[in-house]
Order: sequence, then structure tokens, then C-alpha cells
Amino acid sequence: MTDVPATALEPLAPKPTAEERWRALRTVSRGDLIYRSVLTVLALLLPLLVVLIAVELVSNAMPAVHKFGFGFLAHSTWDPVRGQFGALPLIFGTLYSSLVALVIAVPLALGCAIFLTEFAPRWLRTPVATLIELLAAVPSVIYGLWGIFVLIPLLRDHFWPVARHVLGELPIFSGVFYGPSVLAAGVILAVMVLPYITAVSREVLLAVPPSQREAGLALGATRWETVTTVILPYGRAGIIGAVILGLGRALGETMAVTMVIGNRHEVSASLLQPGYTIAAAIANEFSEAVSDMHLAALFMVGAVLFLITIIVNTLARVLVWRVARGSAVGSTAI
Amino acid sequence: MRGRLIRRLFGSLMTGATYGAAALAILPLAVILGMLLVKGAGSLDWNFFTKSAVPFGESGGGFANAIVGTLIIVGLACAVGVPIGVGIGVFLAEFGGGQLGLAIRFVADVLNGVPSIVIGIFAWTWLVKPMGHFSALAGGVALGMILVPILARTTEEMVRLVPNSLREAALALGYQRWRTSLQVVVRTAAAGILTGCLVAVARVAGETAPLLFTALGNQFFSTRLQGPMAALPLQVYVYALGPYDEWHRQAWAGALVLIMLVLVLSLVARTVVRAKRQHA
Repeated sequence: MTDVPATALEPLAPKPTAEERWRALRTVSRGDLIYRSVLTVLALLLPLLVVLIAVELVSNAMPAVHKFGFGFLAHSTWDPVRGQFGALPLIFGTLYSSLVALVIAVPLALGCAIFLTEFAPRWLRTPVATLIELLAAVPSVIYGLWGIFVLIPLLRDHFWPVARHVLGELPIFSGVFYGPSVLAAGVILAVMVLPYITAVSREVLLAVPPSQREAGLALGATRWETVTTVILPYGRAGIIGAVILGLGRALGETMAVTMVIGNRHEVSASLLQPGYTIAAAIANEFSEAVSDMHLAALFMVGAVLFLITIIVNTLARVLVWRVARGSAVGSTAI
Repeated sequence: MRGRLIRRLFGSLMTGATYGAAALAILPLAVILGMLLVKGAGSLDWNFFTKSAVPFGESGGGFANAIVGTLIIVGLACAVGVPIGVGIGVFLAEFGGGQLGLAIRFVADVLNGVPSIVIGIFAWTWLVKPMGHFSALAGGVALGMILVPILARTTEEMVRLVPNSLREAALALGYQRWRTSLQVVVRTAAAGILTGCLVAVARVAGETAPLLFTALGNQFFSTRLQGPMAALPLQVYVYALGPYDEWHRQAWAGALVLIMLVLVLSLVARTVVRAKRQHA
């Protein structure tokens, strides 16, 4: 009985040497290593995509860059047949229509955000916030459809005949109003960016510490005065970020704008006149470009649009992140 | 110093104004949905869902080609975008603590703001130009690229909601880290990730601009991935700009179907996500 075969026990409980244990630890971590590497490679695809987009846009735009140089951005002739391209009307129209959209949307969106965080009864907050967010879910082409058949007739037949008596003297309302115009595009864009600005400013306002609010009220301010003197100043950076984010959306919006802006290469200060935007021009002309130079010109305005939206979005993110660090602010508005 | 009464009156007035702003913001949604129902519902019949578009002059015809096309193109977009987007989201939640995570998060947010038409041009240079023809495949890839940054952010948010105690329990039981991450953490977040996918799909299903010069659109019924294919938003666009009343009628009906698809998807997702956030 004393000589138990040692070999029967030994394989069950081998005494691992330090080296073996180290090896065991290393084999365990191999799976982790692969897992982490695969995910990291996937993640690196994102910056790669941005770089690739930039490279493709610029390299395809080179013919136009060589031929027109920076004058491309300052000229306003766009004649595909004669091969003359100047992007001023497109850039002007893009900025102008977005500006109109912001002038309409920002006060409304701020009002909504203040309503949702400060004044609305609790039971009303979620449903109203959801309805406003749903505005962002409506496809752009449906806004365009609505713009053509509802908004433009409404503006032309009901709004303008009344408003011309008051606004008709202003230079930004000069000329004859046929319907498709920067004004129509601005109104549609305002509806489209409103949910984004509302959602982000709402999250910014929610991030204001309750103690700030209480301090304002304790000093004898009314609730509205607390909003204007304490809460809005506290969230200022974030709100500016929200507005810039809305601007970024408006600048790149394509379908709805194409359908209502009138698509004419012209620089006009009047809101009642047709205009054109970069995105709309690409949408209309890209698949029917008459020459290589035409295509290159479209790539060049595309590169300009890409650059502008990258700058605008970077700025917006920096401002919003300062308030709500790193959180996916605005992701609910997707 | 203004009188107390005046200050309070002004406060009430401005409070009322914010109520007005909220009402005014919701108004367009109500008007658009109402118009779609009034103008579109009448044209929704059996033919609309079973027949393809016909040349103008012939009666009948429907959106069958566009509806099937949208399903195929969105399916392709998911095949491309979901694995990559979800993978990046898991990376951000699990390993995104450092500088790299911050940078990727930033790039995702910025990419999210890049106009979809720019993505469309990019897909054209990479897929349409080398292949020499427009294709549903290129359209699907373009939409897939739009899916990626959205999914990355929503997935990250959902994975972060998983309680740390679950992870600790799995590790304490001797699970390797990658298995803990995949089989415990990600699996717990699966429902949330799925709803994130629904939201993202709802958004790209309505995208028109990236399809203009990739999938192009097609009058005929086609399921060939190598060739041009119709899509719901594309056909609504073409029909809305067309000169015929019959086309306009069908555009409204198509828009109604499109918005139903999008709203149902995003409402379902939203309720699930909201419930999850409250539990967490």
C-alpha cells in the first residue's frame, strides 16, 4: 500500500515551474491581444476613411485647381458648355440659405430647449422631446416634396401678398417672387436643423448644476430671469456649439434644398430670388457632367464643402464637449 | 429696478413664448404627416405594392421596384456598416479610455456631420468609376459608410450601460477578458445595440443624396446588385419633380410608405432605448 504509483498522481497536479506559469499567462492573453487588435484596426478605419475622402476629392479636383486656381472661388460664371467655372454663387448660396435657416431656427430651438428643461410640466417633457426629435427622422426628400407642393404655394399665395406691405421696401425682399427661392430653402432648412439644435442645447442645459439654478432663484430672480442671467450664460459655450452643429447640418443638406431653391447660378441678396448651393449643384450636375473639367469643378466645390463641414463640426464638437465631456451629445437626435 | 409685478408679468410672458416655440416646432411634423396621409393614402392600393413603375401614359404602375430596391440596398448597407460600426463602438466602450479613444470618438462625430452627398461622391470614385457603371452595390456601400459613425456612437453608449459587476463576475469565474467582453458584456448589451441599428437604418433608409450617382435609380424591377436599382427616396424625388399629376400622386404615396417605414423603426427603437436608460 505504501508504493502508490506516483505516476498516477503526477499528471493531475504537476508543479508548474515559474517559466511554465509565465507561458500559461501569455497564452491566456493571446486571445485578448487578438481581440484588441481587431477592434483597434476597425477603429482606425474611421480616420482612414476621412483621409481617403479628402484625397479622392482633392485629386479629382486637380484639373480645375490647375486651370482656375483660387479665382475659382471668386468668379460667378458657371458655363459647362464653354468650360468656364466659378463657384461664387454656389458658396454664397450655401452660406446664405444656411444663415436664413439659423435666423429662423435658433430662437425657436432655444425656446424649445428652455421649455423642455425649465418650464414644461414633467409629464409633457418626454412626449414633446420625442416629437421634436422625430422631425430629424423625416427623410430630406419628404421635406422637399412638402416644400414644393405645400410650403412654396403657401409662401407665394398667402405669406408674401400680406408681408410685402411691411417688408417690400427692404433690399433683401426685392424683386418678383415666383416661389423657388432662398427664402423657401431657408424655411425648410430651419425646420430640418431645429431638432438638432434643440436636442443638443437641451442636453447642455440639463448639464447645468441645479445649485446654479437654486442660487439664482434664492437671489430673488424670477424663473425667467434665472434662465437669462444664470442658466444660459452657464451653458453658453455648449449652446454656441449646438448652433454651429445645426449650421453644419444646414450647409450639407442636399435633397430638400435642391427641390425648392430654384437652382440658378446667381448671386442675389434678395431672399425672394432663386439661388443654388454646393450640395444641390453636385446632386443635379454630377451624373450628367458634360466634360472632365465640369466633373473636376464639381469635385472642387465638393472638396470646399467637405472642408467647411469638417471645420464647422470640429468647432461645434470642441464647444459641446467642453460642457458635456466626451458624451455622445446629440446622438439622440439621429 | 423694475417693479416686481412687471418682472413677474414679463417672466410669464416669456414662459408662454417658450410654450409657443415648442408648439411651433411640432407644427411642421403634424402638417407633414397630415398632408402625407391626406394626399398619399388614397393612392395606396394593391397595385402600388405589386407593380413596378410604368412609362408615362400607361395607367397603373406602382412602387414595387422601389420598395424592393430600398430593402436590398439597405440590407447591403447593413452588411457593410453594422459589423464595422458595432466593432468600433465596442472598441470605444472597452478600450476607448485613452487618447486614441478620444480621437476616434472625435472623428466619428465629425464624420457624422459630413454631408451625405460627399459620401456619395466618394463611393462613386471608388466603386462606380472603376467598375464603369452605376450599381446597387455602390449605393449599399455608400449608405454603409454613413451607418458606421452613427452605430459606433450608439453602440458605445449601449455597451457602457452594462453594469461593471457583470464583467467582474465573469472575470472572477476565470473568463478571459475577450470572452468576458464578447460573451457577457456585448451580449448583455445586444438588445440595445440592435435598437441602435434600427435608428441608424431608419436614418439611411431615407437618404437620397448618396444614391443619386451610385444606385442611380431604375424604372424597371431589378434585383441585380451589379446594375442600377430603384430606391424609394430616389423614386419619390424623380416623381415629385416630374411634370405629371399622376406622378405627383404616386410621389405622395411613396413618401407615405417611406415615412411609415422610418417612423415605425425610430419610434420602436426610441421606446426601447428610453426604457433601457431608465433601468440603468
